[in-house]
Amino acid sequence: MSLVIAKPDLNCYHCGEKCLINIATSDAKAFCCEGCKIVYQILNETNLCNYYSLNKNPGITQRIKVRENKFAFLDDEKIQGQLISFRDEKQIQVTFYLPQIHCSSCLYLLENMHRIDEGIISGNVNFVKKEIDIVLLVEKTSLRKVVEVLTSIGYEPYISLNDLKEKRPAINKSMVYQLGVAGFCFGNIMLMSFPEYLGIDASETALRGVFRWMNFGLALPVLLYCALPFYTSSWKSLQHKFLNIDAPIALAIIITFIRSAYEVVSGAGGGYFDSMTGIVFFMLAGRILQDKTYRQLSFERDYTCYFPVAISVLKEEKEIPTILPDIKSGNTVLIHNEELIPADGILTKGKAFIDYSFVTGESLPVLKEVGELVYAGGKQTGGNIEVLAIKEVAQSYLTKLWNKEDVQEQKETASKSFVHLLSRWFTFIVFAIAIITAIYWQLNDTSKLWPAVTAIFIIACPCALLLSNTFTNGNILQLLGKNNFYLKNAQTIEDIASVTHIVLDKTGTLTTTAQQDIVYKGMPLSLLQIEELAALASYSSHPLSRALVKYFDSKNKLPVDSFKEITGLGISGKVNGNQIKIGSSEFITGNSNAYTGTSIYVSINNKTYGYYRFNNHYRESIPFLIKKLNAGYRLSVLSGDNDAEKVNLETIMGKKTTLLFYQKPEEKLQYIKHLQLQGEKVMMIGDGLNDAGALKQSNAGVAITEQANNFTPSSDAIIQAKQLAMLPSFMQLCKANRHIVIASFVLSIVYNIIGLFFAVQGNLSPVIAAILMPSSSLCIVLLTFGSSSLLARKLGLLGSQKKHD
Amino acid sequence: MSVILILLAASITVAALFLFAFLWSVKSGQFEDDYSPASRILFDDKSTTPKKTLRATKTK
Repeated sequence: MSLVIAKPDLNCYHCGEKCLINIATSDAKAFCCEGCKIVYQILNETNLCNYYSLNKNPGITQRIKVRENKFAFLDDEKIQGQLISFRDEKQIQVTFYLPQIHCSSCLYLLENMHRIDEGIISGNVNFVKKEIDIVLLVEKTSLRKVVEVLTSIGYEPYISLNDLKEKRPAINKSMVYQLGVAGFCFGNIMLMSFPEYLGIDASETALRGVFRWMNFGLALPVLLYCALPFYTSSWKSLQHKFLNIDAPIALAIIITFIRSAYEVVSGAGGGYFDSMTGIVFFMLAGRILQDKTYRQLSFERDYTCYFPVAISVLKEEKEIPTILPDIKSGNTVLIHNEELIPADGILTKGKAFIDYSFVTGESLPVLKEVGELVYAGGKQTGGNIEVLAIKEVAQSYLTKLWNKEDVQEQKETASKSFVHLLSRWFTFIVFAIAIITAIYWQLNDTSKLWPAVTAIFIIACPCALLLSNTFTNGNILQLLGKNNFYLKNAQTIEDIASVTHIVLDKTGTLTTTAQQDIVYKGMPLSLLQIEELAALASYSSHPLSRALVKYFDSKNKLPVDSFKEITGLGISGKVNGNQIKIGSSEFITGNSNAYTGTSIYVSINNKTYGYYRFNNHYRESIPFLIKKLNAGYRLSVLSGDNDAEKVNLETIMGKKTTLLFYQKPEEKLQYIKHLQLQGEKVMMIGDGLNDAGALKQSNAGVAITEQANNFTPSSDAIIQAKQLAMLPSFMQLCKANRHIVIASFVLSIVYNIIGLFFAVQGNLSPVIAAILMPSSSLCIVLLTFGSSSLLARKLGLLGSQKKHD
Repeated sequence: MSVILILLAASITVAALFLFAFLWSVKSGQFEDDYSPASRILFDDKSTTPKKTLRATKTK
C-alpha cells in the first residue's frame, strides 16, 4: 500500500466515491479507504470479481468501520432462537434484511456466498424485499460468523429489536387465488351461457340441461369460496351495528344464486350465474388493485425497528450482551461508537457526543458531560460511554409515546369511508322499491312476485359503487406512488381529501438535514488559509468537518502533519507549517460560548480568527409550497428548537401561520388534539421520532424522507423530500377521488334504472342482465381510470414522471 | 350431439390446467420478486443453484 496525493477525479473502484486524501491501491486499482480495499481482496481471492464487471462501482463505502465484537450477541442461544426461521441438528435457515442490496452485482455476490464461507449452503435473495434467505451448516460455521462475513463484504444485516417480536404473517395470497378461481368460473359460465342467449333450439333440451347444470356447478366455487371476503366483511360490520357496502353485495350474491338454482332445478330457465360470477370477479379485481401495497416500504414502524436487538451490559467488569427487554433500571450499559442509547439514563463515564437525528431530525451531534441525562434513541458518535439506565426500554421518554394506546385506537373508529354511507342510502331505496313492487304484484299477479323482487336485488346491488370506488382508489394510489408519494391504504386518500389544517415540523421537514447554511464571522481569512482549513477538515469524518469540506470545495489537497482528533472537541494539525485548530469554542478559546446554535471556531498558530456558524437550510421548494398551501389551508409550524429562527420563519410562512417553538414530542401531540377538538381535520408532516406521536394522532400523518428506503416513523403516507413541492397537486388528486366515484356512481344508477325497469315488471331476461352487467362494469372501469389519469396529467403528475426516469 | 359434450369436457380441462398453473405460480412466489430471476439467468459462472430442499421441510 502506498500513500499518494489524490488526483481530483479519481473514484474508488469499489464504491465509486471520490478518493479524498490517501488512496489505498491494490492491483493498480484505487480505493477510497482500507475497508473498500479489503472487500476487493476478499472477492479477488474467492474469484468473485465478476461483481465489478456487472455494474460499475457497485460497492458500498466501507469508511465507517464495524466494531469487532458487535455481533457477539449472536452467540447467545436465546437470541438465536428468535432470529432463525428453521433449525435442525445440521442446518440453520435464517432470513436477514440487507438494506444495502441495490443492483444485480449485489445479487450475484450474495448468492455466491458459499465461495467465501464453506459453511453456507445457499443464499437466496429476494430483491424486492431486500432480504436474503441463508441456509448454513452448523458444523462448519455459526450464525455470528455468517453475519460477520456479510459485514466484511459490505452487507451488514440490519437486525433490530423488531425481529424479536412475533413473525409477521406472510402476505395474504388468498384473494389472488379467489380472483383466479372466479375468473376461471366466470369465463366458462359466459361461454356456456351463449346458447341460452342466442336461443338454443327447444329440441336440444338434453344439451340445454347439461349447460345449465354445468353453470350451476361452476357457480358453486364462486358462491362458497370466491365471495368469502364479502361475507366476512359484511358479517363483521353487522356485528358492529354498521351497514357497510359489502352487506347488500353479499345479499345480492346469495339471492342471485338461490333464484338461479331454483330456475335450473325447476327447468324454468338458465339463471343469472354469469352475472353473479362476473360481479364477483370484477369486484375482487378492484379490491386487489386497491390493496396493492408497497412491499419495500413499511408504514407500521415503531421504535423497535430502530433499536438494536442487544446491547452490552456491564456486570462486574464484564461485558454481557443482553437483549433490550431484559435491561432493568440500575444496569450500566456500555455504548460503543455508532450505537443507539436504548433507555433513558445518566451518563456515568466518557464523553457523550450524541446524534439525535433519529429523534429530532437534527443532524448535528450534541455534547453531554458525565452526570447529564441522555434520552433513548440518541446515537453515540465517538468513543465508548457508559450509561446508568434509569428507566426500562419500553418506559423511556420516546418509546412511551408509542405505547399510548388511546392514540392508536381513536384513529381506527374515527374514519369511515363516505362510500359506506352512500351505499346505505342506496340500500334503503332498493328495499323500498322491492317492497312497493312486492305489494303491487301481491295485489295483481302473485306468480310474478318472487321473480320481480329477486330481479330487483340482482340488478340493483351496489357493486357498481364498489367497483368505481376500488378502481379509482387503486389508480390514484398507483399514480401517487409513481410520483414518490406512497399512501398506506385507500382510506388515506379520503383522509387527505378532508384535511383543513396542515401542521409542519420545522427541523428535517422545512429544513433539510443534508445541507447547512454556513456563515463565517470573524477576522478575514486569506485564500491560502482557507485551503489549509479545508485540508485539515478533510481528514476528519465528523459530520461538521464534512459539511465544512463541502462548503470550502477546495481543489488543492494540501498534506497534513501530526493530525489529531479529540472526540467531542475538535481537530488539530500542521498544514504548510502552520498549527491549525478547528473545533468547539471550548477547544479553541477555552470558554464555552453562550450562543445556542452550532458553531465551529478556528485558530491558526494559536490565534483565534473567528467562527463558522451552521444554520438550518430551508428546502428550495418551501416558499412555493407554502404559498400554494396558504391559499387553501390553515397552517401551523411546530419546532422543537429555540425561537432563533422566528423572524426568518415568519417571512417564509406568512402572517396567518401559527408558529410554536420549544415543542416537546408530547406537546406536538397535544397541539394536534387541540386542533381536532376545534373540528379541524389535521395533516401532520414530519420526519423524526419526535413527530411520531403527532403523526399518529393526526388525521393524515405524512412522513418525509430523503430516500424511499430510509426509516420513517409509522405514518399514513410517506413522501420523498424532493417531491414536497408537488404536495398541493397530490392533495387535489385525492380530493378529486370523491367526485370521480360519485360521477361513475351516477352512471351506474342510469344502468340500474334501465335494469329496474325490466325487473319491477318481473321479466328481466338473463340476456339483458348479461349485457347490462359487463357493460356497466366496463364503463365504470374506463370512466374511473380515464378521469383520474386525465386529471393527473392535468396536474402535471404524469409529465413530471417522465423527467425523473 | 355427443361431440359437443366431448369438446366441452376438453375445453374445461384445458382451462382448469391453466387455472392450476396460475394458482401454483402464485403459491410458489413467482410474482413476489420480479428482479432477481431475470438477472440471475445472466450470471455466467453459476456453479450452484439456490437449493429449495429445506423449504419443503419447513413446518410453519
